[in-house]
Amino acid sequence: MRVSYQWLNEYVNLEGVSPEELAEQLTRGGIEVELVEPRDHGVKKVVVGHVKSVEPHPDADRLRVCTVDAGQGEFLNIVCGAPNVAAGQKVPVALSGARLPGGIKIKKSKLRGVTSEGMICSAGELGLPEKLLPKEQQDGILVFSPSAEVGEDAKKLLGLDDVVLELDLTPNRSDCLSMWGIAYEVGALLDREVRLPQPAERRPGGKGKSVDIVLDAEEDCPLYAAQVVEGIRLGPSPQWMQNRLLAAGVRPINNVVDITNYVMLEYGQPLHAFDYHRVDNGEIVVRHGTAGETVTTLDGVTRACDTETLLITDGSKPIAIAGVMGGENSEVTEETTTLLIESAYFSPESVRRTARRLGLRSEASTRFEKGVDPERILPALHRAVELMEELASGEVASAITAKQIGDIEEVAVDLRHSRLVGVLGVQVDKQAVTDIFRRLRFPTEVKEGVYRVQVPSRRPDISIEVDLIEEVARLYGYDRIPTTLPWGQQSPGSLTPEQRLRRVIRHTLRDIGFYEAVNYSLTSPNVLRSLEQVIHPKARPVRISMPMSDERKVLRTSLVPQLLEIAEYNIHRREEGVSLFEMGRVYLAEEKKLTQQPEERWMLAGLTTGTLTSKYWQREAEVPDFFSLKGDLEILFQRLGVAGIRYEAVQPEGYHPGRTARILMKNRVIGLIGQIHPQTAQTHDLEEVFIFELDLTPVAEAVLGETMQYRPLPKYPAITRDLALVVDEDIPANRLQELIHATGGKWLRSVTLFDVFTGGRIGKGKKSIAYSLTYQAKDRTLTDDEVNGVHQAVIAKLEKEVGASLRQ
Amino acid sequence: MTGSTPGVSVSGSSLLSCPPNPFWGSKGYRIKTVIFFRVEQFLQPTAGIAQPRVVPRISRPSDAGFFYFYGNREGIQVREQLESMKKEAEVEIRSASGPDALKELRVKYLGKKGKITSVLRGMKDLPPAERPVIGGLANEIRALLEAWIGDKEQELDQERLKTRLESEMIDVTLPGKPKPLGGVHPLNAVIERIEDIFVGMGFEVAEGPEVETDYYNFEALNLPKDHPARDMQDSFYITPEILLRTQTSPVQVRSMEARGGKVPVKVICPGKVYRRDDDDATHSHQFTQVEGLVVDRGIAMSELHGTLLSFAEQMFGRKLESRLRPSYFPFTEPSVEMDISCVQCGGKGCRMCKQTGWIEILGAGMVHPRVLERGGYDSERYTGFAFGMGPERIALLKYGIDDIRHFYTNDLRFLRQFQSL
Repeated sequence: MRVSYQWLNEYVNLEGVSPEELAEQLTRGGIEVELVEPRDHGVKKVVVGHVKSVEPHPDADRLRVCTVDAGQGEFLNIVCGAPNVAAGQKVPVALSGARLPGGIKIKKSKLRGVTSEGMICSAGELGLPEKLLPKEQQDGILVFSPSAEVGEDAKKLLGLDDVVLELDLTPNRSDCLSMWGIAYEVGALLDREVRLPQPAERRPGGKGKSVDIVLDAEEDCPLYAAQVVEGIRLGPSPQWMQNRLLAAGVRPINNVVDITNYVMLEYGQPLHAFDYHRVDNGEIVVRHGTAGETVTTLDGVTRACDTETLLITDGSKPIAIAGVMGGENSEVTEETTTLLIESAYFSPESVRRTARRLGLRSEASTRFEKGVDPERILPALHRAVELMEELASGEVASAITAKQIGDIEEVAVDLRHSRLVGVLGVQVDKQAVTDIFRRLRFPTEVKEGVYRVQVPSRRPDISIEVDLIEEVARLYGYDRIPTTLPWGQQSPGSLTPEQRLRRVIRHTLRDIGFYEAVNYSLTSPNVLRSLEQVIHPKARPVRISMPMSDERKVLRTSLVPQLLEIAEYNIHRREEGVSLFEMGRVYLAEEKKLTQQPEERWMLAGLTTGTLTSKYWQREAEVPDFFSLKGDLEILFQRLGVAGIRYEAVQPEGYHPGRTARILMKNRVIGLIGQIHPQTAQTHDLEEVFIFELDLTPVAEAVLGETMQYRPLPKYPAITRDLALVVDEDIPANRLQELIHATGGKWLRSVTLFDVFTGGRIGKGKKSIAYSLTYQAKDRTLTDDEVNGVHQAVIAKLEKEVGASLRQ
Repeated sequence: MTGSTPGVSVSGSSLLSCPPNPFWGSKGYRIKTVIFFRVEQFLQPTAGIAQPRVVPRISRPSDAGFFYFYGNREGIQVREQLESMKKEAEVEIRSASGPDALKELRVKYLGKKGKITSVLRGMKDLPPAERPVIGGLANEIRALLEAWIGDKEQELDQERLKTRLESEMIDVTLPGKPKPLGGVHPLNAVIERIEDIFVGMGFEVAEGPEVETDYYNFEALNLPKDHPARDMQDSFYITPEILLRTQTSPVQVRSMEARGGKVPVKVICPGKVYRRDDDDATHSHQFTQVEGLVVDRGIAMSELHGTLLSFAEQMFGRKLESRLRPSYFPFTEPSVEMDISCVQCGGKGCRMCKQTGWIEILGAGMVHPRVLERGGYDSERYTGFAFGMGPERIALLKYGIDDIRHFYTNDLRFLRQFQSL
């Protein structure tokens, strides 16, 4: 809502309160002022000039030389390029020394050899909002009505000496969508008198024309009033009205439309004017639409109705969609002489639903949706009729016809003083409370510490006790509410164990070189499809019902695809190496059409590509490989205290068939690690890319189930034996390790792989693999013979199971 | 350990003759002192090497008359022989060019076939009375030479070390070896900070689903269908009843239900939320929020004010000013918004605060009675407050970031700037 300071000043005396101070008061009172905008934008020294003559420019086809009386004694010679300039016009003239918006200075100058002593201005050049102006004003100079006085300050004439306060209203304060509502609010904030015009009902001279109103959808339209005005002469509305409409951001059109809009701004009550002669029988029937019914609205679009669409009909055909838009068939045109003016209450839900369904939002529908004040329906109609008489030469042609079903509810709310003090935490004086209600103009009775407050219908946001507490608080001043900390039972604050675990993961990965990324949960199904789902193979991506774009269509089921996209983004920006991780939720559903919320699981994914460390003066840049990333993961598991992790080669789609493994914990697949298939990587402009992804739920279960227990330090020495084996190349290392562990018995303390190689003397299809085995007993020093016995058993087992031989 | 004679610790001498100074320093008394010390050690062979420190170094009688012999000519000759050998050895040891030369000198004087041994061998020709005296002198000189050689060895070691250290000189201004270090995402860094502040004030950290039901996201929060406030947050629906949560507020009712009517309820809930907004510098279809909720007996707005102020001071620093403004949220009444003095200009007015000197950091209010009832709390007995803030906004303000999209682009040039958070 844009509020004209000058207009408001007619209702509340703003003497001594500057627009900025008013804005501060409103903001502190809960009506946030987003912008204080002087309408002049710096315009100075622009006056009304009378164009005496227009001659062609001797040296330029498009320019004209005008003689203008601008009340400066002598006539001015002004060169003008506007096509619409003509002798006899009253126009805005920027004199020498004038200022225009944007800091433009006007000086006497020569244009193609002809002296110009000023400038004839267009509306845009004076800072008026061009898009709200009629086309002829956008193209040429602004032309005033002939009654404008020569030499008069054009700024004043155009209302540019006004200041606009732009309000950012919260949905509960729809009462401030009108000048009346703001006047009440400002009156309360400043504790000043509110003076509002109270036009009386206008009655026709004779019998007048008839209007019949039938309310056939009483829940959505319980109150409808109409009056007929004839003898209308369509034309522009007066400058003062146009100025106020422009200040409010409303486009001036003609006197009839402008009056309905003006009254809407003034009272908050949207009105509609029908061409009376196009309303058959002068009958108004308000009813719901039927399936298949259509209405062609003012904008020429034919719109389908449903049984919830509230229609205004003339008994035979729909003539408007109630509260949303009028019909073309009853539109006011150049030929219109008689109007039927509508002022009604349409239920917020109905207007909201229809406006939303049709995608039609207007100043009118916005107000109906938030609930108009039923007490203002008749006054607004009186006011509109009064203005039609004054400004459109209208004559009242009917009495007001009004139909109302039910009564307007009177709302009385009780406020306990003790509750007020308890909720605010401050000892508010009782006198101060009654004073606040007086300022708000809420009639109040006080009895035994309880205020009984009559809430006017203009404030539908107030219905229960806390609503009144808020009213008192905001006028009392939120700043006067003291600061204390919650007392009473103390509570220990904490993160949950899972939250602490996630922090450890985040910080560990950060410490070993990974940057944390945060991606959108919404992505495209194609992005997800590029890589096979290994961890949650049954998951179906959850689809948004009305996505905003193809890129944000489904909820992700894996974090990896987006990490690839970020890697691509960064490599394109000349990053040499990219190491990233993300910890976030994936959304897992198995059903195609959701009947319940999908499962949300915390996942962790990492990616590394390019270089790990940059080139250094002591060594070349390090590049990642499968084992560097696996090492990172192992450090993470070590940091978390997770043991018993196994890796098994797999060949999922989108991954390198020889360099990918699923990660298992107690035979449960908890993750994946591997190289992205070179072809997939290439689509992202990447070369070797390695990723991992882990389901954090089983990891958390494993970590949080374990309690750390100290093991006594060994008292007896350990004996280490190396074991260099030659085995077939396709035997995985963990198979050997498992066999060693299985055979090594209770003395085998640790097994460390320290060498792997192929080729040379080893022979084709074979590999050499060497382990260091440490034996140790808890209770005594092992003898060489004892260790040798076990060690030989290990060797024998390896020979038997996998055909291993000792390397010679 | 340099060579030593039984009962005599040569290394002990270095404790007395301050190592950096050669023992033949310009003041001759050091030699005498050493001699004296050695004799004493020799005469009292049981004196342990641990004791040299207690032996006074100076204020000892001069050597005049100490080595006074009444002897025959042979005795005198041997003595002179020993003295001149001592002088010769001193010069040679002094000028030894390296460890090898020193080794040769040791053999030459102290070896099995060395000069001292040969002198001692000639002792049988001396009268018996003189033998112990000369023997003593010879051993005395042997100890002295041992000490000199030892000291010379140390000196040579020092020189060698010095040369080596000189050759090992590096340019200490060259860059250090790079170790990979990543960074926590600034949004999560801010969320962790917010969590820590509230945990310090006794809050638990709760979580809730991001794919939420219409009931928890709206209905339970006093936002029935067709409520105009639903316009404030256009939503991503999946089905008519399931949507991506538009706020973390659904965790309010979920937390109350989880507490089952017990008090106090003191939780915050950080998390992702989603709204149908086109992404631009100030809008994002996905962003984060941190919700807070306190329910107990007798919770007043003053406690909301105190809690928020304490948070703001911990987050932005002690010197800020704050103000509360009335606002509107369907699930709180009264509702407030909190402004703090602009963190970029300190309140003077700048682009960030739109010249007002104030910036809004959060919305809050007293929990609406209907929301308390939905959560299973009697709104007559209990009151509460709730608040919600945006980590993006806090990060934008705190670090002067100009575009919300940076948080979701994951440009390493951006992320790298927050490594120290």
